[in-house]
Amino acid sequence: MSLLEVKDLDVRFAVRGGDLTALRGISFTLDKGERLGLVGESGAGKSVAAFSILNLIARPGYIAGGQILFEGRDLAAMGERELRKIRGNRIAMIFQDPMMTLNPVLTIGTQMVESIKAHRRISKKAARDVALSKLNKVQIPSPEKRLDQYPHELSGGMRQRVIIAIALLMEPEIIIADEPTTALDVTIQAEIMALLLELCEQDNLALMLITHDLGVVSQVSQRMLVMYSGRIIEQGPTREIINDAQHPYTQGLISALPQMGEPGQRLFQIPGAMPSLKNVPSGCPFHPRCKFAMEQCELTMPEYVRSGNVDVACYEVSNLIAREKGMQKVEF
Amino acid sequence: MTSQPTTLVDIRGLEKKFDLSGSLLEQISFRGGRFQRKQEAVHALNGVDLQVQKGEALCVVGESGCGKSTIARTVMGLLTPTAGEIHYDGQRIDNLRGRDVLPYRRKMQMIFQNPYASLNPRMTIQQTLEEPIRFHQPDLSTSQVLEKVQEVMASVGIDRDWGSRFGHEFSGGQRQRVAIARALAVDPEFIVADEPISALDVSIQAQVLNLLMDAQETRNLTYLFITHDLSVVEHFGTRVAVMYLGRVCELADTKTLFSSPRHPYTQALLSAIPKLEDDRPNHIRLQGEVPTPVNLPSGCVFHGRCPYANERCRQEIPRLDTTAGGTQVACHAVEERRL
Repeated sequence: MSLLEVKDLDVRFAVRGGDLTALRGISFTLDKGERLGLVGESGAGKSVAAFSILNLIARPGYIAGGQILFEGRDLAAMGERELRKIRGNRIAMIFQDPMMTLNPVLTIGTQMVESIKAHRRISKKAARDVALSKLNKVQIPSPEKRLDQYPHELSGGMRQRVIIAIALLMEPEIIIADEPTTALDVTIQAEIMALLLELCEQDNLALMLITHDLGVVSQVSQRMLVMYSGRIIEQGPTREIINDAQHPYTQGLISALPQMGEPGQRLFQIPGAMPSLKNVPSGCPFHPRCKFAMEQCELTMPEYVRSGNVDVACYEVSNLIAREKGMQKVEF
Repeated sequence: MTSQPTTLVDIRGLEKKFDLSGSLLEQISFRGGRFQRKQEAVHALNGVDLQVQKGEALCVVGESGCGKSTIARTVMGLLTPTAGEIHYDGQRIDNLRGRDVLPYRRKMQMIFQNPYASLNPRMTIQQTLEEPIRFHQPDLSTSQVLEKVQEVMASVGIDRDWGSRFGHEFSGGQRQRVAIARALAVDPEFIVADEPISALDVSIQAQVLNLLMDAQETRNLTYLFITHDLSVVEHFGTRVAVMYLGRVCELADTKTLFSSPRHPYTQALLSAIPKLEDDRPNHIRLQGEVPTPVNLPSGCVFHGRCPYANERCRQEIPRLDTTAGGTQVACHAVEERRL
């Protein structure tokens, strides 16, 4: 059994004039110690997916269907009291902007002790020792000093290290990191990603990394999901997808990277932009931007087909696979 | 491109300090029985020399706080330099006032990072594009202005119907197209682009980069392109200047810089870009973090984080020298052939 299994998750936002569907039929699994990358552009629903796992979707958003099974128990159906024993304890989350997640008027030490005491009956002294050991673990310079400092006294990179230390406090099984390095400079980003990877490998932690940066995903994750307009359109082993993407959107996303183009030449570009939730196209949501689009694509959402170890939702790919199979039969 | 490159914009010994200490009364404190006056400043630029050649795209890269945006703004005259000169086509422009600046305002245009902030929310796209034309070419008749707007809209791929709509009706990529159209509307020669694609998604970034490259080709533009994204630089730039704490530490042809970076900071920066072919982070680890630009380190600004620093680096500021490969590097270790 997987550590975390998300089955057919639907998330909607109730707004005037009807519901907007933010996530449609999201299914994936996360095993113990596995690192999963979740990729997509803004509006694809990656953050909604991350938030809904911990049932952190704020009104008017709600989980409209599906299950989120953590060790076999459904988080989507669980009461708030039960959920609190898991959230921050067994599953921890790291957010994008460390300045927004830390309380500016409390010292780092106070915030860390507070988090521990929310989950465990423990003396303040003992909690402080735990906090110190975690700060040591994230390789922050002079950790004793940091406990008595306020967030504004630390640099962006150090703040993100503190956030990671807080996530580690209760020794969780899963860390969900939502764009943890987007607000940071490249050299600091490299440090933080290397640290996260090291920590996951050390303690056999599962990581769900949400990012728009394909380079980061290929460095850190073993498997990846590609999202478009609230759906997972492709998922499988990271190397396989990066080297040989199947879905036209994933292919486009990779070819549009400047590092894939010849210097000085025009870059490959996908026409148009991600649709807003208010008018998601019928059928496959990518069809208006897709060069392979056919009539079928406008009518119904394609089912997943397997190509190698990758699951893809695309009629063009499934037709190709069917044709290849046909060819093989002729050869026999 | 001509064989003999001519300099369009010449930045000489540019310095910019931002005063932090406030008014005279705020500077004075009473300590230990004596009055003391304390002045503090952010040293954003500390002696930058750069020449932008006609027809090239000179990219300035560096991390936050290195002064790259300050360069963009000072060149455009949005900030007054503390010291140093800026020359445009042989004419000094940083000390011009009033009417004398106007012709340069037309020839030099700027594209900003955030198209959500750089478009006036109360103006339609048509008004946004008409305004600079009417301001800089007041003799044009209304029909001529309209014609120009149509022409520039077509050249950046804006639909004609967008004219009557407002900025908020468009996505980030579409807004950035409008911002580019506004810059192109007055037929500039030189464009300063300050992180024009950092706020955009990957697939949209490619669209905007292509647009900028097309415009450069058809209109013979010269770019000063400010960015933190090195992979964009490799694709877009003719030459690259790497900045650290208000100084240029390396300046080279894009190809040379990416194939053989000389300065230890450039090497670390390049190694930190996550690449698709990597299966784990493999960057050069630097000690510590970027120091504050309020109290600059003595000598080479990079010495505190540099694995090759010695006593001379702590004392003496390195000069930007041309090496055998044509790269200009400001590093004692490179000069002494230790590196």
